Amino acid sequence: MQLAARIHELTKDYVLKGETVRALRGISLEIPAGDCVAIMGPSGSGKSTLLNLIGCLDRPTSGCLQLGDDDVSSMDDSQLSRIRASRIGFVFQSYNLIAQLNVLENIEVPLYYRGRITRHERSRCRELADMVGLSDRLKHRPQQLSGGQQQRVAIARSLANDPDFILADEPTGNLDTQTTEDILDLLGNLHRAGKTIIIVTHEKEVAARARRIIRLLDGRIDESLVQ
Amino acid sequence: MLWLRTWLIGIKSVLLHPMRSLLTVLGIFIGVASVIWLLAIGAGISQKAQEQIEGLGADNIIVRSVKPAKAPDGSTSFILPYGLLRADYDILVETIPTIRGALPIREMRREVRYGQRELLARVVGCTPEYADITQLEIDRGHFVSDAELQLEQNHCVLASNVVDTLFPYEDPIGRRIYLPEAQDYYKIVGILKYRAPTAAIGGSLAAQDFSQDVYIPITTLRRRLGDTVVVRRGGSREGETVELNQITLQVDDIANVMKTADLVQQTLDRRHSKLEDVAVIVPKELLEQAETTRVMFMVFMGVIASISLLVGGIGIMNIMLATVMERTREIGVRRALGASRSNIVLQFLIETTVLSVAGGLAGILGGAFCPYAVNGLRQILTSYASDLISTLPQLV
Ligand SMILES: Nc1ncnc2c1ncn2[C@@H]1O[C@H](COP(=O)(O)OP(=O)(O)O)[C@@H](O)[C@H]1O
Ligand SMILES: [Mg+2]
Repeated sequence: MQLAARIHELTKDYVLKGETVRALRGISLEIPAGDCVAIMGPSGSGKSTLLNLIGCLDRPTSGCLQLGDDDVSSMDDSQLSRIRASRIGFVFQSYNLIAQLNVLENIEVPLYYRGRITRHERSRCRELADMVGLSDRLKHRPQQLSGGQQQRVAIARSLANDPDFILADEPTGNLDTQTTEDILDLLGNLHRAGKTIIIVTHEKEVAARARRIIRLLDGRIDESLVQ
Repeated sequence: MLWLRTWLIGIKSVLLHPMRSLLTVLGIFIGVASVIWLLAIGAGISQKAQEQIEGLGADNIIVRSVKPAKAPDGSTSFILPYGLLRADYDILVETIPTIRGALPIREMRREVRYGQRELLARVVGCTPEYADITQLEIDRGHFVSDAELQLEQNHCVLASNVVDTLFPYEDPIGRRIYLPEAQDYYKIVGILKYRAPTAAIGGSLAAQDFSQDVYIPITTLRRRLGDTVVVRRGGSREGETVELNQITLQVDDIANVMKTADLVQQTLDRRHSKLEDVAVIVPKELLEQAETTRVMFMVFMGVIASISLLVGGIGIMNIMLATVMERTREIGVRRALGASRSNIVLQFLIETTVLSVAGGLAGILGGAFCPYAVNGLRQILTSYASDLISTLPQLV
C-alpha cells in the first residue's frame, strides 16, 4: 500500500515572548494514499498545528514529515511553496476567498503560482465551478454568496491544481446542518475520486463519514480508530 | 507571458481598490508636484536675486581717470593732460572679446542758467545706454538718443533737482538752458524722475549723487566744451585735459569679470606706463555677494527638496504599510494557495510601481502647471491688493 504521508515523532514549539508553547509533542502517523482521516480533539490540542505542518504552511521543530517520497521537514521556504502549489489544496473554516475577485477568478488563483497556465486548466476551473453547482455565479463576488456557496467555491479552488491532498480545517464550522451535508457530500465524492482527505472537526457527524478518526490531546495522539 | 499576466494582475488589483489607489496616487502626486513647485519657485527667486545684484553692477568693470599726484617730469605747461583716451576705449572694445558693451563718460562741473536762476551742475557727456546702466528713469520726454549722439546736437536731459531749481513754475521741455562758460544754449528734450543717491558699496563703488546732473551727448560735449578745463585758483590758472572720465565695461558673464578685469588692467598698464592716471575698479563685494547668494539658494533648495522628498516618501511608506497590514489575510491565503515569498513581494512591488508611476506622472504634469497657477494667483492678488504685490519680487 502506497503512503501519502509518513509522520514520525513530529513536534512543534511556538515561542511567544520567551515562553515556549509545545503545540505538538511527538506525533507518529501513517496515512495511506486515498485515505479519509478526521482529526478531532478539544480546542488547543494542536489539530490546526498538525494540519498546517502536513500542508507545508509551517516547519516542524523536530521529527520527520514525508509527503509521498519527499522529505518535507528539511525543505526551504520556496520548495515548500512549490509543494503547496502543486500537491495541496486547503479549505478553511472561514472560506478565505479573496474579496476583490469574483468566483471564477478565485478558483483560478492557485494556477498563477504554478507557472504556465494552459487553456485546458482554465476550462477545468469552469468545470470545477460547475461541479460545486455554481456555474451560474461565476461573476459574483464572495460577499454576494451565502456561507455554503462560499465554502463550495473554496473547495473548487482547492482542486484547481489537481492536488493529492485536500486539507480542511473545520470546513463546516460556520455552516448549518443542511449545507454541512452538501459540503460533506462534495468531500465524499472527492474521496471516492482518489484524493487523500484530512478533515479537522469538532462534529461527530462529520467525523463519522471518515474512514479513520484520530483524537488529539495536548499535542499527542490520544486514540486512533478505524471505522 | 507570465510577466505580462503578473503586471495585468497588479494593475487590476490597483483598480479593484479605487478609493485607496486614488488616495495613494494623490499622496504621491502632491509630493512630486510640491517638490517641483518649491524648486521652481526657489529657482525663480534665486534668479531674481542674482539679477538684482547684477543690476547693482556686479558684471560691470569701471575704469576711471585719476588725477596723478605729480606732473610728469619736464612738463612746462600749466595744463596737465592725463587719464583715459578715446583710443583706450577703442582698443579695449576691439581686443577683449568678453566685453559686451562699453559706456564712455566725460563729466565736468559747469554753471547752467535759465533766466535769473542758476546752478552749478554736473554736465555728463554720455551715450544712450547710460540711462539703463545707471537705472535712470525718464519722467517726460526722452533720454539722449542715437540720432542726437550722431548729429552732435545741443540737446540735454535734466535731473529732477535741476528742474526744481531752474524751472519752479515753467514746463522745461522744449526750453533752452544757457552754459555761460561755453556761451552755448542747450534745448531740453527730457527730464528724469528722482533718483536716490547710491550708497557706496564696500570699497570699490563710490557713492554717487545724480540729482545735479545735466546729460548731453558725449559727442556734443567734445565739440562744444572740449577736453580741456581751466580753473582759476587764487590768481594763478590751472588746467587739465581729459578725454574720458570713465568707461563702464559690461562683461558678458559674471564668471568672466575677474579675468576680464586682469586683461583690462594689462592693456591699460602698457598704454599708461608713464603716469598712474587710470584705475580699474572691480565690484568685488558685489561679486562675492552674488556668489554667496547663489550658494545660499543652492543649499536652501537642496534642503527644501530633501524635506519634501522625505515627507512625500514617508507618506507613501505609510500608505504602503497600511495596504500590506490591511491585506495580511490576503497574503496568508495566497501563501496557502502556493505563493512563494517572492510572488507576494513581486505583487506588492508591481502594485506600488503602478501607483507611483501614475502619481509621479500626475505630479510632473501638476508641476508643469506651476507657472500658470502662480501667474493666476498673482493676477487675483493684484486685483485685490495691488500695493502689496507691487513690492514683492516677480517670481519664476
Ligand atoms: N502562531 C502561534 N503562535 C503561538 N502559539 C500558537 C500559534 N498557533 C497555535 N498556537 C498554540 O498552539 C496550541 C495549539 O493550537 P492549535 O493547533 O491552533 O489548536 P486547535 O486547532 O486544536 O484548537 C495552542 O495552545 C495555541 O495557543
Ligand atoms: Mg484550530
